[in-house]
Amino acid sequence: MRETSMSAIIMFFVFVIAILMVTFWAAKRTRTAKDFYVSGGRIKGLQNALAISGDYMSAASFLGVSGLVYLKGFDGLIYSVGFLVGWPIILFLIAEQLRNLGKHTFAGVISYRLQQKPIRVLAAIGSITTVLVYLTAQIIGAGKLIEVLFGLPYELAVVCVGILMMLYVAFGGVLATTWVQIIKAIFLLSGASFMAYMILNYLDFSFDTLFESAVFIRDTDAIMGSGGLIEDPISAISLGVALMFGTAGLPHILMRFFSVGNAKESRKAIFYATGFIGYFYILTFIIGFGAIILVSTNPQYLDLAQTSLIGGENMVAIHLSHAVGGELFMGFISAVAFTTILAVVSGLTLAGASAISHDLYANVFAKDDTDEMQEMRVLRYAILALGSTAIIFGIAFKEQNIAYLVGLAFAIAASANFPILFLSLYWKKLTTRGAIVGGYLGLTTVIILIILGPVVWGEIINGDALKAIFPYRYPALFSMGVAFFGIWLFSITDTSLEARKEREAYDQQFVRAQSGIEF
Amino acid sequence: MNHTVYEKIRNNPSFSQLTHSRSRFGWGLSLVLLLVYFGFIATLAFAPQYLSKPIGSGFLSVGIFAGIGIILLCFFLTGLYVHKANGEFDTLSDSVYDALRED
Repeated sequence: MRETSMSAIIMFFVFVIAILMVTFWAAKRTRTAKDFYVSGGRIKGLQNALAISGDYMSAASFLGVSGLVYLKGFDGLIYSVGFLVGWPIILFLIAEQLRNLGKHTFAGVISYRLQQKPIRVLAAIGSITTVLVYLTAQIIGAGKLIEVLFGLPYELAVVCVGILMMLYVAFGGVLATTWVQIIKAIFLLSGASFMAYMILNYLDFSFDTLFESAVFIRDTDAIMGSGGLIEDPISAISLGVALMFGTAGLPHILMRFFSVGNAKESRKAIFYATGFIGYFYILTFIIGFGAIILVSTNPQYLDLAQTSLIGGENMVAIHLSHAVGGELFMGFISAVAFTTILAVVSGLTLAGASAISHDLYANVFAKDDTDEMQEMRVLRYAILALGSTAIIFGIAFKEQNIAYLVGLAFAIAASANFPILFLSLYWKKLTTRGAIVGGYLGLTTVIILIILGPVVWGEIINGDALKAIFPYRYPALFSMGVAFFGIWLFSITDTSLEARKEREAYDQQFVRAQSGIEF
Repeated sequence: MNHTVYEKIRNNPSFSQLTHSRSRFGWGLSLVLLLVYFGFIATLAFAPQYLSKPIGSGFLSVGIFAGIGIILLCFFLTGLYVHKANGEFDTLSDSVYDALRED
């Protein structure tokens, strides 16, 4: 078992402080509320591509997926593929219309022709729930990382990370988080590339040797195919659905589509981002397999009993960085992973908090008299509330697999947000009543199924996954189905005068969404 | 809300050409990706043993090959869309603008 290393810690601090200095520099240039939300449209294509990738290459992707590949081989790849496939669909079917409609947020888009007040409340609640679960996953990753690097107790680590994150978002805003995302995306991609290069170099650049050695060390070829992560056909389909359609319902990703002023540039941004993210997932796959060879066989990365990794499977990438690049490189990768989490968490907190201040407060509760100063103040309180809740959740769910928790955030997004977003663009007959009833049905169904499922009801409450009331770990297939059905049923049976007006407004929304011309 | 402008856009031939070709192209690409991805998921659900079969004489398995292939497919399809949208679709969209400006 290895001691905590001073040089790794120093490298970690140097790097984290450098990134925070950029944040404060950028913060000075953030002046208005519009700047705060979308950087005033000043961000260019490639920059935005890196920022989008930065948002997406989260702790779950880097630490969680590499850990899952290390543990289960091929099964980890299911998550990688699922995290990526939603992207092109957003571009092909949704993104163009969103930017043509000229709306800032998910709530803005779906309330375009429906009633502002109830729709914005629904959208805000959906966004906040998604963001909270996603935040929890990130904060667990950060807590484990600090625990391993400094030897601090996990709970203390989570509280420190949470406070740092809140300060950071409250003073930086999206411009600052955008710059951190860009810088961090570059470092993360180069760091991960270096690790993959070193692994392949060690194996004479032969993928056959990589797979052969890993199978030899594990003494089973289960890692080359489906190896137990997916327990039955329903789970496979349900996870597949959540990952595919969840991406479009993630509020912090949708916000990014508005950050670029020019349409050509923003399309290119998505193209580059897809490339960066895809490349990154291939790297995490190599890293996971490489760690089977270089980490699992080395006693210094195992705990005293020599049975499991120090800090658990989520720390595979960190141990591997030590194995291929020594103390200094480990400090660097830890700092990159940490700022990755910090930046993703900031983007998420900001999306959640702006749902509260922009959608709930400014448009609903204080419709008549609100000014930017007041809205900014509410935004800061919202950040505090979200951050504290995430800290509490991070401690309660500390034993959970972070890639799995992100999968849950996708399930919520796919159930509560995606159906309304999709139907508001493609289905003329959607009405406010349908959206509200179906939206809340989808959201409550997914939350109830998560609570009654094997993780919360089973493992956390009763100490045994088999005691769960709802047998599946992945609820999206059911809850998304309920949402679509609810929206359909309560829209077609809606014969009110408002419903007729909302249907009539669809044609105009369609023309605006297709042409981008305001009339 | 300006109804004359709205009517003009809606009746512009370039506009209907734009919406039709863009939605056909967008849905076409989406369908390709959905079929491939859910084919992968269906194999995982109903015939998982097939995924661990090696390809040829090497160690690479069908599942890993398919997974990496889908990642590359996403990149390829996105590029295809962006290429077409930044060329053909933007030209059509510009001609809708131009027609409005002339009036």
